[in-house]
Amino acid sequence: MKATLLKLTRSHLFWPCVTLVLLCLVNVHFNPGFFNIEIKDGHLYGSVIDILNRAAPLMLIAMGMTLVIATRGIDISVGATVAIAGAVAASLIGGSLVIKEGVQTYVSNTPMPLAFAAALFVALLCGLWNGLLVAGAGMQPIVATLILMVAGRGVAQLITEGQIVTVYYEPFFFIGNGFIFGIPVSLYIVAAVLGVLLLLTQRTALGLFIESVGINPVASRFSGISARALVFWVYAFCSVTAGIAALIITSNVKSADANNAGLLLELDAILAVALGGTSLAGGRFYLIGTLVGALIIQTLTYAIYSLGVPPEINMVVKAIVVFGVCIIQSPALRDLLLKHALRSGGPA
Amino acid sequence: MAAEPVLVMQDICKSFPGVTALKDAQLRLFPGEVHAVMGQNGAGKSTLIKVLTGVETPDSGEILLNGRAIQPESVDAAQKLGISTVFQEVNLCPNLSVAENIFIGRFPMRGLAIDWKTIEREAQAALAALNIHVDVTRTLSEFPVAIQQMVAIARALSTEAQVLILDEPTSSLDEDEVERLFDALRELKRKNIAILFVTHFLDQTYAISDRITVLRNGEFVGEYPASELSRLELINAMVGREIDEAGYAAQDGESTSPHAERPFVSVQGLGASGRIHPIDLDIYRGQVLGLGGLLGSGRTETARLLFGIDRAESGTIAIDGAPVRLNSPRKAVRQGIAFCPEDRKTEGIVADLSIRENIILALQARRGIFRYLPRRVQSAMADQFIKQLGIRTPDAEKPIGQLSGGNQQKALLARWLATEPKMLILDEPTRGIDIAAKLEIMDLVKAQCRKGLAILFISSEMSEVLRVSDRIAVLRDRRKVGEIDGKAADEQSVFRMIAGAEA
Amino acid sequence: MNLAGTINTRTLPLLVTSALFALLFGFGSVSYDNFFSVQVFLNLLIDNAFVTVVAIGMTFVILTGGIDLSVGSIVALTTMVTAALVEQHHWSIWAVVPLVLTMGALFGLLMGSLIHYFRMQPFIVTLGGMFLARGLCYVISIDSIAITDPTYAAVSEYRIAFGEEAFLSVSAIIALLTLALAIFLAQYTRFGRTVYAIGGNERSALLMGLPVGRTKMLVYTLSGFCSALGGVLVTFYMLSGYGLHALGLEMDAIAAAVIGGTLLTGGVGYVAGSLVGVMILGVIQSLIAFDGSLSSWWTRIAIGVLLCSFCLMQRLLERGGTNLGFLFSYWKKPEEQADAVK
Repeated sequence: MKATLLKLTRSHLFWPCVTLVLLCLVNVHFNPGFFNIEIKDGHLYGSVIDILNRAAPLMLIAMGMTLVIATRGIDISVGATVAIAGAVAASLIGGSLVIKEGVQTYVSNTPMPLAFAAALFVALLCGLWNGLLVAGAGMQPIVATLILMVAGRGVAQLITEGQIVTVYYEPFFFIGNGFIFGIPVSLYIVAAVLGVLLLLTQRTALGLFIESVGINPVASRFSGISARALVFWVYAFCSVTAGIAALIITSNVKSADANNAGLLLELDAILAVALGGTSLAGGRFYLIGTLVGALIIQTLTYAIYSLGVPPEINMVVKAIVVFGVCIIQSPALRDLLLKHALRSGGPA
Repeated sequence: MAAEPVLVMQDICKSFPGVTALKDAQLRLFPGEVHAVMGQNGAGKSTLIKVLTGVETPDSGEILLNGRAIQPESVDAAQKLGISTVFQEVNLCPNLSVAENIFIGRFPMRGLAIDWKTIEREAQAALAALNIHVDVTRTLSEFPVAIQQMVAIARALSTEAQVLILDEPTSSLDEDEVERLFDALRELKRKNIAILFVTHFLDQTYAISDRITVLRNGEFVGEYPASELSRLELINAMVGREIDEAGYAAQDGESTSPHAERPFVSVQGLGASGRIHPIDLDIYRGQVLGLGGLLGSGRTETARLLFGIDRAESGTIAIDGAPVRLNSPRKAVRQGIAFCPEDRKTEGIVADLSIRENIILALQARRGIFRYLPRRVQSAMADQFIKQLGIRTPDAEKPIGQLSGGNQQKALLARWLATEPKMLILDEPTRGIDIAAKLEIMDLVKAQCRKGLAILFISSEMSEVLRVSDRIAVLRDRRKVGEIDGKAADEQSVFRMIAGAEA
Repeated sequence: MNLAGTINTRTLPLLVTSALFALLFGFGSVSYDNFFSVQVFLNLLIDNAFVTVVAIGMTFVILTGGIDLSVGSIVALTTMVTAALVEQHHWSIWAVVPLVLTMGALFGLLMGSLIHYFRMQPFIVTLGGMFLARGLCYVISIDSIAITDPTYAAVSEYRIAFGEEAFLSVSAIIALLTLALAIFLAQYTRFGRTVYAIGGNERSALLMGLPVGRTKMLVYTLSGFCSALGGVLVTFYMLSGYGLHALGLEMDAIAAAVIGGTLLTGGVGYVAGSLVGVMILGVIQSLIAFDGSLSSWWTRIAIGVLLCSFCLMQRLLERGGTNLGFLFSYWKKPEEQADAVK
């Protein structure tokens, strides 16, 4: 019994899950109906569903970010990529009013699948660019992705011509607001991406190589792993997850705002990865942990809303969480605790 | 020569958990003399210097400076006492000017501002004292390593040093640069400074030293005037006689290997400046080619060129007679070459990954991302190697970083054996490993060789090289000086070859 | 030997930057009426005074090899605290300004201590600082607070004339004074030289007995102070406190430093270069404003393009070439790159 408990606490998912449960308890305290789920119009409704749905874009990006961080990198351009991909999708779909069989309907400017493909392709280009700078030119990841972070929103505004592009085409709203079998569509997307990633990282050698490169790049190279190509594609993939998230976000708010879409999302994504137990120094990564991390952030936001505190103050809480997580992860603290433990334990 | 030593270290003992680094070590430094400390890997040279410069505190023994006992507690404190150190890597800031590098940390001030004029003037003078005349306002990185080394020395001397410690200052210099450094050292001798010079180059030792102290396994072997110690005597003193002669008995006749007509790898004139002079090597299937030579003689450098880690500037490599270009480890691996690096921790193991993952890593890298070995196969493979090589671990899922050195080495060996290589390069495979594991690893190597694997074997322990090698290529000061038959050779014949003409 | 080559490596970015500024300003003068005047030039200083001050602090941080993402937020927090104290609590400007400057410095010191004592990455710590400072703005108020204090307005509107038609604001003068002090600090004090030494090689700096830890903490303190000072200048410029002030300013400051020739890996660069960097960002904005047909978002793109080119230039100068065939030829070692330079 004790052994099982010990094993449980050692699991990388233990602390993230404990945090999430505590947050949920806080929510229940202030809102006894927190866990209530009802069925309206055949859809599931409730706080939990709402949190899951809203956390979907963050979960997607955080998964891509997890891989980047595992290779000892960082991608701070995902917010800008969201803005660009969202702008592409919204501009291409838009929606013009036509009268069909005597009824006013909106039709898409470009076929929707094509618009999706274009948005994802543009996101991929962003990622290839980052990958080229990091793996090809050998820039520090934070600097390389800073460039796109700065220029990206300008590019997005170029696409939207400085306007907030509103989408009127109904079918587009489905991915951000729709339900399949009562469950939000966005969650199916998260599940699909997670499935693909788990497949790739566990059924192929990808996960092994990423961790190996993140832990010891030299030894990995000496073993014959092509670390640079790996890093390159990891950045490309991270941007694609940002592209998918952009589709959900744009669909959800029915418009693309080049200035504010995905603002500070990169920071939330990094935070989610760190909360999920993946070290910011690279190496072992935990995709499920990252998802829990994303849920923690969203639940925290929800809790702050339900406390009636202005949502902007959320930032203060997040900052404290960032500091807390980093201090816990820091080797210095571990040394300090170890020294303390040794001293109090006496000469063993 | 003045009879009074300026610095005396007496009966210095220092042990770390599990290792005795120094046992009753002695050292005397005389003013106006260059004193070389020689010894193999693990002889205790670096610990001795660390004790002297205050990086480590000795467990017992004393250090006397001008007859007074001192206990330096940091590099800084030692410097204030007059003991300055120049480390192997130039510990300066490449982005600052030469003058600034000499004076940073003790800038003369004029009012609130740094007095740059004085600094430049004094820096110029300090370097001129070493016979170096350069524009001191220029950035340090503009100058070659030798000048940077000299700047480091000038910095070390600018605090009225009585003792100057040079810790392998020549390891990255070419011959002309070494000559320049020695000129400066001779200048310092004239100024009556005592110089402690640590190197692993024999020629340089004899070119500059007045006195040589030899350490072996942390123990003091002897102090000799350089002029009275022949090279061969020096090498013998450094290497000593192996205690477990019996365990390392010469090879039995059974292991005589069939001599293939064509070498598996044939190297012609392979070289890179600052690493190794052009070298010729032939490595045959089913044979062990030993690389004999002292530390720093170019053994590891040769291995790195062969494995495509460093780029060769000259020469060709042919595999089975066909010329190949090995410019990345990946290409070398594809050609069936495997490499167990010297520095297990930073270049070999992926510490946080499990033994299983570490073992399959190279094989998987060659198969690519998508042809992933099924978990079942991985485990079977790992278990098989754990059994076959006798890796002591409860199971294959333990992180490799938690294993002992010997077991890590065996796991690395397993990593490469899993790729079924045609040639295996072993760089110091028995470093830091207990004697039992050592013998096990050596037996494994021989067993693999009998199966037709070509092996390039590098070790600082000559007895080990002799025991396993069919042929030995002997290196000295980054040059191949000869090749001898492993069975016919004994330690003395190899050492004579290393000692070269003067022996 | 590559003596000539390396001398260029140090000063080339700054030369390119200055030439670029002259080029852009010249282009503006040729293309648009009224562009070529002393006042347009001085307006660049006036409009970008706060950016200059913030970029100066950032330059010191980058010189040590660190980064400070919190500067924009500290500026916003400073405007907010100033506005709240002046407007809602009727404090005197002479009490408020020293207080907020101290606050900014302490904020920086806090982050510096975390970086030093817990060996945390500067990026992540200052990211936390960024969240914290912005969040604290909203704790004070979610809305903008206008500053109507007469002293404030007077300082804000005061102009120092140069000759007939040219003038500077108080903010611009403060920025120039800060710059002069910063240059002195960087070039003529032990602190400044230690900053460079840390950026050049932190391990060496430690072995040379330099106060590395203290200096690193002080650098973030300085950056915090400069951000607070920048915040004070923003209150003069905008006459308001708002949580959304200076959004993304950290990126402008980093871009200004890089464009001004400061190496992001630390150790190389000049404080004065950052002024030129800021002026380039300013002149791009002016050009776009004068043009009228171009939209303001082109500024972001132009900054991004400049940032990218300068980063690439730094990489090229660092290692003398880049290899894009890596996707197929795989890894290339830094040592090999270094050899290629020789």
